[in-house]
This record gives sequence, C-alpha cells and structure tokens, in this order.
Amino acid sequence: MAVATKDVLRLATVGSVDDGKSTLIGRLLVDTRLVADDHLDAVAAASERRGVGELDLSFVTDGLRAEREQGITIDVAYRYATTATRKLVIADCPGHVQYTRNMATGSSTADLALVAVDVAAGLKEQTRRHLVIAALLGVRAFVVAVNKMDTVEWSRTAYERVVAEVGVLATVLGATSVVAVPVSALYGDNVVERSLRAPWYAGPTVLEALEASDAGAWERSCGSRLPIQWILRQPGGGRSYAGLVSGEALRVGDAVTLLPAGIETSIRAIHYGGRTLEEAAVGLAADVELDDATDAGRGDLIATAPLPRVTRELEATVCWFGDDPLDQRGRRLRLKHTSRTTPVRVRELEGRIDVGSLTLTRADALATNEIGLVRLTTAEPLVVDEYREDRVTGSFVLVDEVTHATVAAGMVGRPPFVTVGR
Amino acid sequence: MTTLAPPSTTAGLNHLDALESHALFILREVVAECERPVLLFSGGKDSAVLLHLAAKAFAPLGLPFPVLHVDTGHNFSEVLAFRDRAAVRAGARLIVARVQDSIDRGRVADPGDLASRNRLQSVTLLDAISEHGFDAAFGGARRDEDKARAKERVLSFRDEFGQWDPRRQRPELWRLYQGRVNPGEHVRAFPLSDWTELDVWQYVAREGVDLPSIYFAHERPVVARDGMWLAVGEFVRPRDDERVESRTVRFRTVGDATGTGAVLSNARTIDEVVAEVAAATVSERGATRGDDRFSETSMEDRKREGYF
Repeated sequence: MAVATKDVLRLATVGSVDDGKSTLIGRLLVDTRLVADDHLDAVAAASERRGVGELDLSFVTDGLRAEREQGITIDVAYRYATTATRKLVIADCPGHVQYTRNMATGSSTADLALVAVDVAAGLKEQTRRHLVIAALLGVRAFVVAVNKMDTVEWSRTAYERVVAEVGVLATVLGATSVVAVPVSALYGDNVVERSLRAPWYAGPTVLEALEASDAGAWERSCGSRLPIQWILRQPGGGRSYAGLVSGEALRVGDAVTLLPAGIETSIRAIHYGGRTLEEAAVGLAADVELDDATDAGRGDLIATAPLPRVTRELEATVCWFGDDPLDQRGRRLRLKHTSRTTPVRVRELEGRIDVGSLTLTRADALATNEIGLVRLTTAEPLVVDEYREDRVTGSFVLVDEVTHATVAAGMVGRPPFVTVGR
Repeated sequence: MTTLAPPSTTAGLNHLDALESHALFILREVVAECERPVLLFSGGKDSAVLLHLAAKAFAPLGLPFPVLHVDTGHNFSEVLAFRDRAAVRAGARLIVARVQDSIDRGRVADPGDLASRNRLQSVTLLDAISEHGFDAAFGGARRDEDKARAKERVLSFRDEFGQWDPRRQRPELWRLYQGRVNPGEHVRAFPLSDWTELDVWQYVAREGVDLPSIYFAHERPVVARDGMWLAVGEFVRPRDDERVESRTVRFRTVGDATGTGAVLSNARTIDEVVAEVAAATVSERGATRGDDRFSETSMEDRKREGYF
C-alpha cells in the first residue's frame, strides 16, 4: 500500500476565550500544509469579508456562521492531521464558560490537552477551570503553548512566570507529562517553524512536542473489560457477545466472570467481523463465545480479574450541563453506563468542587457547568471501576427522562486532587 | 497487578483497525438503542464503506435495517448499477425515495431539467424518514469534508422538523452514544465521523470494497465549467461557448450529475488512487461540488434544513 498506517494521538485544545486556541490550531494546520488550498482560499475570503485582516487563522476551525460573526468558538471542531510520525485527531474546543459542555465533549476522548495561555494575561480563572476539567476527565499529558510572546517582546521572564504557574497546577492535578513552548500563533513562531526570536529557548516546537508525547500513560490495576452491546448468533447455534474491549486484551482460554450475575466461565472463541482470532486487543469491536451456555444480554459485562464492583450505590463526580440546577430534591434521571441504561436517583449532593481552590464545599444546588460530588442510587446494579482506573467502566452520562437531553457527565469516585473544605 | 496502559481506548490498534472498530461499535450501539434505523446509501465511496462496515458489524447475520437511496433522478448510470448490486450483495432491503415524486406532489418546486437537485433532497429524505417512522439514519458523512460537518456529533439530534441546531447540540461524552428521541424526532448517526478521505481509500484498498467504476480514471467527454470538468451526457449539455473535450478523468465524489465535477487523473487502480489522494492539495468537495462554492455557509445552511 502506498501509505503506511500510523498510531493515533487524540488531543483537545484547552484554555480561556481569546488566548488563541483556534488560531494556534489554524497555524499548526496551515504551516504543516494540512489545509487544502481551496479551504485556505475560503478562509482568506471570509477574513476579507469580515474585515479581520488577510487571513484570520481561527476561521480554519471556527466554521459556523455565528462563530465567525462573534469571533468565538461555540462548539468543538474536529480536525485530522498526519505528521511524519503519527496521526492527530484534534478537537478544537470552546473557551467560554457557557460552552463548558462542549469543551467536556471534546476532552472526554482526548489523550492530551494542548493548552493555550496568553503570556501577558497569565493563568486566567477560565484556564484553570479547563485544566481541572481536562484532568477530571482523565487527561494526564499537557503541552502548554505560552502564546502571544510577540506582545511581551519575547520576554523570558514573562514566559517563565506562566510556566511556573501552570506547572504548579499541573502537578497538583496529577499530570505525568507537561511540556511548555513559547509561541506566537499569529506569526507562526515555534508552532511548526522554529523561532529565531527566542534564542534562550532550546525545547521542542508545538508540533515536535505533540509528535513526541507518550500521551500520559495511566497507572491502572484492573483487568480486561468487555461490556456486552449486542448478541450475534454463530453458525451451529452458538451465541457470541459483541462489545469494545477495554483495559487489557482478551485471549481465548482466559478465565472470565460474567457480571453482575457473577458466573465464572472462560473465553471459548473470539471473532472479529466474521474472522476468528486468538486475541482481541484493547479497542477492538470483537465478539466472544463463552464456554458455558450462559444467559447474558446487553448491559452485562465480561471481565478478567481484578474484577470490577457490582453496586447500586455510587459516589461520583458530575459535571452538570442541565439548564435548570441540580438540587437536593432526590431528582430522578436516567443513567447510561457502558451499554446499560437504568433509572437513577440523585440521593445526595455532597458538595460543589471549587475549581479555584480545588476544595469540596457544601452546596444546595449545582448550576449549569458546575462540578460536584453526588451519591446516586440506581434501579439496576451497575458493574463499575473507579474512573481513574478505567475510562470506559468508570464513566456515565445522566439523561433527562422527558427530553432525553444529556444533562451530566459522571465519573465514578472522588477526584484525588480535591480536598474537603468547609 | 499494576500495569501501565495508555488512556486511549484505541491503544494497540493501527489506525484503520481503530477506525473500523469504532464504526462497528457505533453501528451496533444505534441498532441496540433505536427502534427503526435505516442506512442512507448514495452509491458513493463513503456509503459503500458504510455498507461494508454494517455487514461486518452484524456478521454472520444479515443487516438488521433497510437501506435508503434518495434518488435525485440525476444519476451516473454506473452508480445506479452499483447501488443495485451492492444492495443485493449485502442482502439489504433497498428503499428508493425519488426527488421527482416530491416535485410531482408539489412538495418542492422543479428547478428545471439541467439544474442541481442536491438541495431538494432534504425534503425527500425527511418525508421518507417520516413516512417509514425511522428514528435513526446512518450516513457516511465525514468531519474532514466541510467546516460545518467538522462541528457535528457522531449521533446528531434532529428535531420534529428534521432540523440540526448547531448551537444546541447534545453533549457527547466518551463513547456513551445516546440515541433516544421522542416520536417525530430522529438522530443521524455518522460511523465515519473520524475518517478522512485518505482513510476511506486505504480501507477500500485493504478490504477490497467494491466501488462504482467512475471512481477510477477513464476517458469521457467533458466540458470545463465553473472551474470544474463536468461529464457531458443526459444532464450536462455543452453551452454555446463551451467546447467538448475527451479527457482522462475520475470522480472523487458522487452527487447530483448536474453539479458533480470530475478531476483530471490517471489513477486507474486503487493503489494509484491512494497515492493521488495522499498528495492532493485541494479538498474533495472543493474540487468536485459546484453547490458548495457559492456561499460561505452552504453546507451549514443545508444541514440546518435536514440535509445528509
């Protein structure tokens, strides 16, 4: 084949409005020549029509009419880039507080956060907020573009002040990898092309940092997980259970437990798209046959040891997106966890997480875009791991029973970096 | 036991396997969550890949949903022939909804024989969704095609008027796709969201996916119009100032025959097409779709109306 396959890095942009996230992505794509000529012509034409100069790089990703009119990002734009070493899936996220749900959408599947910070403005409240949300959602690797260096005459002192501020926060948030780069996204310094304006800087460009990142390895101690999505009938009458493998690979002969029933059995066969395999790697949409003719269905989970927990009671961190506040009234919602959907009641709001002080404080309600700790009781048992152990079996969404709108993102457990305040 | 594993749910797979598995997962999830799904099939490369993936997702069983072609009436004959053989091969029930019927019933105005019916398809599509009571429609749209599509969720909510509201999309966390809707509403599901044009062609090459012959270089009479090469035939007639030339061309996309341009190309095999796409500097819609050139937000406007 003419083009080799490569590994994939998923990244989300993080930071406050006007710190230059979209311009940074526009610069990255333009300077790597990954924007098609006709798309670039269209960006130039739109820039001229709106009187914002020759080429407004933010228009490369801000594609909606309202975004271009207001000069802001409203929802996530996904862009795809192939570098010399890997494929990048870029989620360019909005910076405004009111669009936090969209930022969370973009970050929930990211391996790495590309943080833009305006060097002159320093670490804003909203940037802190985004870093905390990204960390809550499991991002451990950060590339920090200290942007608009041209506005401070490439001052090393100004750069290092921001790097120190971000570094302290990232350490508290449990980051495993933080790489800072002084850049001017507007003029293209240190994004793809190395700048001559900062002779004191010897580190990588943004592109080099993205290519080199190990995507922040997770320390985890749970086994293989296969949430059953769908049941297929094999020739000869056997059943196989389809789902996406998470955690660790599954192999033929592995001893597994079918949960929540707790039935111990083993993997008899693994299929993928009609083929037979010995092993199903993490991320593969495999279907497996079990040794005993057990009665399993959608929502059940096949696991290897150490096993997940079976429970109807959960303590969880939630980002609330609903238009009306989540209060203490024991509200009924629907919860979707892996392939299981069940009625749920919010028993108790333990508190709100203050993203500035990283403390849990008592609260009567969570407003839109606030983060809190809750206790939930579900109608059916769930099979869960802590979110910090497994992003698949530790995550859920809450859904309004009437409108079917998604009103919260939930993560099983308490974030390690939050302390209890008064 | 403590192991170090990357957080990505696709670790350990090469990018085509990761894309394929994600697509199979979406197909199965929507079928499990929705009552009456349908797969939108134009006969183009993306819907051909989508149909191939659907067959894999439910193998060894057959497809658990029908296939819907919204027929503009302005077709390339090679594509219609392909549509029919692909549906038979997949064992799929094929439903054809005709724009001509919408015109005859007075649902839309007739733009004339030689004008594009691309935009009119939205009405025919929404009528078909409503008539059959579909609550989910799989489409082959990709986010790399267009700046409005780049903004869209994998499962994209449509209200009772079939409209997309880009300012109020449902949050879509992790891979917890949530497809429930109230009666009259539906979701569009895009299993190829994260695929690029090059990914599609690499996958076609790897899997040997059958495609209409017009995707490969061939000689045909064309005229130059609006900066594109249009195939002369039933739906494109040369104007007085236009000269018909015979050129070696291929199509990068397949749409309404009045407005879909060909590109000059000598790529006659899949490997040659993969190499050509990898080196392309113009996007596929920019090179081949007349109707996307007229306004800055033409795709966004069409999508708001219920377009694919």
